[in-house]
Amino acid sequence: MTVLRNGVPQPNEWVRVADDAPLPETDKVIVSLERWQAERVNLRQRNAAIGVALKSEQSPLLIQDDLDRLSLVALEFPKFTDGRAFSHARVLRDRLGFTGEIRGFGQVLRDQYLFMLRCGFDTVEPAAGKRVEGYAEALKEFSVFYQPTNDDRATALQLRHRKEAVAA
Amino acid sequence: MYRYDQFDATFVRERTAQFKGQVARRLAGELTEEEFRPLRLKNGLYLQLHAYMLRVAIPYGELSSKQMRKLAFIARRYDKGYGHFTTRQNIQYNWPRLDDVPAILEHLAEVEMHAIQTSGNCIRNVTSDHFAGVAADEIEDPRVWAEVIRQWSTLHPEFSYLPRKFKIAIIAADKDRAAMRTHDIGLKIVRNAKGELGFAFYTGGGQGRTPIIGPLVKSFVAAEDLLSYLDATLRVYNMHGRRDNIYKARIKILVQALGAEEFGRQVEEEWLRIKDSVLKLPAEEVARIRQYFAPPALEKLPARNEGFEAKKAADPDFARWVQANTDDHKVDGYRIVTISLKPVGGAPGDASADQMDLLADLADAYSLGQIRVTHRQNLVLPYVRQQDLFDLWAKLGSAKLAEANVELVTDIIACPGLDYCNLANARSIPVAQRISRRFSDPKRLAEIGELRLNISGCINACGHHHVGHIGILGVDKKGEEFYQVTLGGSSAEDISLGKILGPAFSLDQITDAIETVVDTYLDLREGPQERFIDTYRRLGIEPFKEKVYDSLKERRSAAE
Repeated sequence: MTVLRNGVPQPNEWVRVADDAPLPETDKVIVSLERWQAERVNLRQRNAAIGVALKSEQSPLLIQDDLDRLSLVALEFPKFTDGRAFSHARVLRDRLGFTGEIRGFGQVLRDQYLFMLRCGFDTVEPAAGKRVEGYAEALKEFSVFYQPTNDDRATALQLRHRKEAVAA
Repeated sequence: MYRYDQFDATFVRERTAQFKGQVARRLAGELTEEEFRPLRLKNGLYLQLHAYMLRVAIPYGELSSKQMRKLAFIARRYDKGYGHFTTRQNIQYNWPRLDDVPAILEHLAEVEMHAIQTSGNCIRNVTSDHFAGVAADEIEDPRVWAEVIRQWSTLHPEFSYLPRKFKIAIIAADKDRAAMRTHDIGLKIVRNAKGELGFAFYTGGGQGRTPIIGPLVKSFVAAEDLLSYLDATLRVYNMHGRRDNIYKARIKILVQALGAEEFGRQVEEEWLRIKDSVLKLPAEEVARIRQYFAPPALEKLPARNEGFEAKKAADPDFARWVQANTDDHKVDGYRIVTISLKPVGGAPGDASADQMDLLADLADAYSLGQIRVTHRQNLVLPYVRQQDLFDLWAKLGSAKLAEANVELVTDIIACPGLDYCNLANARSIPVAQRISRRFSDPKRLAEIGELRLNISGCINACGHHHVGHIGILGVDKKGEEFYQVTLGGSSAEDISLGKILGPAFSLDQITDAIETVVDTYLDLREGPQERFIDTYRRLGIEPFKEKVYDSLKERRSAAE
């Protein structure tokens, strides 16, 4: 399975483990919210890195007390038109101060990639059969942004007034 | 009006190129139709009954003469020589070819126009009062804030895949000319006790199959907090709005399910977390935008022009047009002119390429090159000197654009209906045409007075039937078109939802039924000053119901 980071396809270092499968000792693993909640005490003590996958109807507030232990939160796009994960990523970053990796997975298109990065996603794992080409190009489609988010891209508004300050 | 700076211009070019790439990927089979559909909708491209339809954004309804000429050019070159102005102050073309669309968008970009977010489940093109900047009763120019919202909402990274479409309207006067409370968010600019400018948020209004008048959710949001409060509202909606049922996915359903108070509490909680963030609106940006809407330097004119008064006295047709189609202006000696796109027997809101070119010329000659589109599908010339009105009227008349019927019964809002739309159950345009022919006598029209008649071809209510003084809804009964009539709706400051009169009428009966409603009103009103809606509110639906169905019975037995 391929993961996209900065538009570039890379091998996936994380293993998604089914709820009824044993956890590999040393791999970086992603478990479902249900498993995390059921085995929380044990999983918190695990040595290797761990992440939790949330379905689009599962709010990140459900894991807010565990974010100190989680290296990754994966947010699902069950359909590419279900945009809840965009808000969930912002809640994770801006409200809950999560600094680990945020991954989008499922039915994603390159046309959403820039939006995802602006909302705080780091990586994208398209569902099997989805194209992984074109993500690097998608990053270059826009140079102007109107909305301030907490990424480091300057908005049109900031650039306008920076320009005026320089001119003055 | 607002002009693009380098950033806006670059942005639109980039969006045009992106869409061109999406079309190419679709044609190459890299995108499925299912994937392409939401992408093309976000750029205003629908697939209708017979062809693609392209809806072009006219932010808050403001157009320059140069832009109008470009719209005429597109109508001529890429369509069948006309365009249709919509209830959201946009224009749509009914016959473009998919492979021409990127070229059309490039033409539009040359005049600072585009089709961004005129459809799809995202924040749509923001609408406003078509008299903004020239109305005597406004406390602020709402265009300044509409432009702030336009920029904030354009390709919003978090809110481009909402549960459903999201419409925002903004007004700044007590008189509501923008149907503000029928929107997902209706904003009214207000001043608080300290005299500071802010916004009242009416959130969760809408039409469609579940019409709801937007409740007041917050009575004052300070100007600098506009974007953070909008962000908080949209975030609550994006996370909690229903996605399991398309008919229950609008924000109005969420607001109703939670109650306006609880919804407001959730927004407040979110807002308090983000209000002091990067979303705080800098005063210098508002000042920058405000410059574009500065009142133009106008000639000093006397309030009363004798030549104009003499022309009115001498020509009753002209006087009737002045009475119906012009409004008081902020500035002495000027009037606001509304040009009716509802000629007798015409399709409401349509304009030909030749008419568009003429309107651009007239705007240059008489109105500082400015034009507005109204949500009632008419056009406005906002700056006309009284002394020019007669010449303007004569020139409009030569192009069949001098119909004196604004806010009268033939000034009909109508959706495209089954003639174009694949959602429709019935045709709208032929009903509008029949009614406008029935009431074509100008004297009778004037005598009836203010009466808003709105027609939708299906329950989605694009023709605003719930909020027409008289509303007509097309329904399908076993493959035949029928029309249900509602009375007593209003989209203005006295907003109300219409009540169903009774069983639906066939296409052959509907014009008679409407005429009986109007005649009943004329019989019952306390005088010409009492509008149709006021008589209805005084007497209720019963007297109308009785007359309409009695006369239907009489006609039936006469026919037998």
